[in-house]
Amino acid sequence: MLTRREMLKGAAFSAAGAAAITVTGDAEAREARPMPEEALGLLFDGTLCIGCRACIAACKDVNGMPAERTKLEIGNYWDAPLDISGKTLNVIKCYRDGAGTHKDEVKDGFAFTKTSCMHCVDPSCVSACPVSAMTKDPVTGIVHYSLEACIGCRYCVEACPFGVPRFTYDTPFPKISKCQLCEPRYADGHFSACAEVCPTGATLFGKTKDLKVEVARRKALKPGDKTEFPRGRIGGTDSYLGVIKKYVEHVYGEKEIGGTQVLHLSGVPFDLLNKPALPDVAPARTSETIQHAIYRGLIAPLAFLGGLVALAYRHMRPEAEAAKPPPAPPAPPAPPAPPDRRDEPEGDEKDGGVP
Amino acid sequence: MSASSHAPDQHHGAAPVGGKIWNGFTASLGILIFIMVAVLAMRFLRGLGAVTNMNDGYPWGLWIAYDVVVGSALAAGGFTVAFITYIVNRGEYHPIVRPALLAAMFGYIQAALSVMFDIGRYWEMWHMFWPKYAQVNSVLFEVALCIGTYTMVLMIEFSPVVLEKLGWHRPLKILNKLLFFFVGFGVLLPTMHQSSLGSLLIVLGPQVNPLYQTTMLPLLFLTSCIGMGLAAVVFEGTVSSLAFQRPLEKELLGKLMSVGLWFMAIFLLLRFSDLAYRGALPLAFKPTFVAGWFWFENVLFALPLILIGSPKSRGKRKRLFLAACSMALAGVFYRFGGYLVAYDTGAGWHYFPSVGEIAVTVGLIAFEILAIIIAIRMLPVLPAAGGEKPVVARSSLAARGRVD
Repeated sequence: MLTRREMLKGAAFSAAGAAAITVTGDAEAREARPMPEEALGLLFDGTLCIGCRACIAACKDVNGMPAERTKLEIGNYWDAPLDISGKTLNVIKCYRDGAGTHKDEVKDGFAFTKTSCMHCVDPSCVSACPVSAMTKDPVTGIVHYSLEACIGCRYCVEACPFGVPRFTYDTPFPKISKCQLCEPRYADGHFSACAEVCPTGATLFGKTKDLKVEVARRKALKPGDKTEFPRGRIGGTDSYLGVIKKYVEHVYGEKEIGGTQVLHLSGVPFDLLNKPALPDVAPARTSETIQHAIYRGLIAPLAFLGGLVALAYRHMRPEAEAAKPPPAPPAPPAPPAPPDRRDEPEGDEKDGGVP
Repeated sequence: MSASSHAPDQHHGAAPVGGKIWNGFTASLGILIFIMVAVLAMRFLRGLGAVTNMNDGYPWGLWIAYDVVVGSALAAGGFTVAFITYIVNRGEYHPIVRPALLAAMFGYIQAALSVMFDIGRYWEMWHMFWPKYAQVNSVLFEVALCIGTYTMVLMIEFSPVVLEKLGWHRPLKILNKLLFFFVGFGVLLPTMHQSSLGSLLIVLGPQVNPLYQTTMLPLLFLTSCIGMGLAAVVFEGTVSSLAFQRPLEKELLGKLMSVGLWFMAIFLLLRFSDLAYRGALPLAFKPTFVAGWFWFENVLFALPLILIGSPKSRGKRKRLFLAACSMALAGVFYRFGGYLVAYDTGAGWHYFPSVGEIAVTVGLIAFEILAIIIAIRMLPVLPAAGGEKPVVARSSLAARGRVD
């Protein structure tokens, strides 16, 4: 009856099943997502930012986000959120060292940076969301959030490497908050409020491909050169004459997890600004490659199911029971040997059942 | 032993334990459940923040890491025992099929309940199962669909026990004819979502420490959950034999553990060869909390191999029990490791479960234990004292002789 053969058969079968389910997907790795042709985004140039926080106020205003009371050393303030949250979609943060007197310098310097959704080309939140509440617009590439679909599982919060989607923990009717580039305002000629109100053009709105040209133009100039800086949106009429500062080599967002539609220029290294160092390959791509390898067309699971059901049928039908020889006494079929060597079937039962 | 009866309806020898349900122990379980309900009332009236320490740096806390990820893995005994008994066709395991299915069923019910408490917009939970919202690239979509389906399959697999008790012979007969399908399906589903519970972490990318973040996660979670499930069966078998004064299926449990040993070895082999291949091994020798946790886990994974590596040692009850505890805890710590300890979303974020969160987890475990106790007392789950004959009576206390 139950012999080593039977056991091996079962083991071989399950191994085949496991192999079928974890087929290597390298050959069919999910391709990297391209940047949508008309992708919209922002360019944040930290060297132009003066830390006025007009963008924070404007963002709250147009998106109907509530004020937040923040405890600071100098007192409690209603208009100084320190980070994005369920109530704040955009903040300006400050790097400071020593005396903090020299703008955009590492030593004794200070520098500004912006935190808001990067609108990834291959967003982790979209890949993670189980109910399609996070979607990427095929034309503009804007990563949208649908309150109607959301179930509040917070997998997007967990997944985003930039820490962008935020959740409202203080209400029984919570939601996710994130920047959506003010898209509903485009219809009547407006654009992202943060860029609209920025007095220095530090936050600039436009198509990502145009923003990339602007990045290249600024980086090609030498520190001290005078140049026209566009204000508001790229390709608009508003600009002013300013001075180019020294940029670090790295353009944040250009390559991070497959690229983002929001780009950052800075005078100080990005790790000092607490921007996470990220790989070029999108985690969403890795994750989906594995999921697709296992579940493509449900072929592997269905084949595995077929085998399981067939064996279960064979072993559970009444005739099989009847045909079985009577149970053979003591010596139980040997359990599989654990990796450290051991001798085979042997009576390891000294005492009968207890108590 | 009882190798002659193979279909689940033929668990002759299973009988309700009977006896009083309420005593000091079950009453304390009731109190724990009551405390949970009070905390949950607060959670539903005032939001997750009112009772939990979860935050945007740690949006998933104890309720996901323990109740869902660990809880369902500890319930893996249901599918592993069903696999060994019906797919590999080893009838001698029959006496433990029902207890394993029972524990698995409540393990998954616990996980499903916990998801309902944890999900912020729980009234929209049906979106998970509605085609309009389906997002097939999402690992969580697969996990939710699969766990939901499997919980129902477990109920179907367990329902003969209830039908038997009720004496509904016609539906029982029909169900038994179809049961082979649910047994097969009930093995496939957990292999899918238990591995996917590991895959869930892949999209978190560099936020999960490289000691844990790997494309091997699905295989590591699958192999470790098999050990956890088998160990949980051994744990529950030992405890219930003591609690209900039933004979201990020591020999069977020993064999289950030896199957578990294989998976411990495979897990460790996979884990270390993957770490070496990715060049992440040096991280294990840095003086960090994550590295310490990592080694602690590995000790727990290796301990059963040392404790009960030889067949002789598997005959010793205490060793067997200790090895089972180690095997189960290894997977528990590994899951906490991946989901919380190794997860770092940037400076300034901290998480440790609040008293309220712990109270809910404890309450859910109490609920699970209480439900299992009631089921064991009222339904034919445990092998009856007295062996092969269709026992109806609740002659529970006599020692069960071996049928050779």
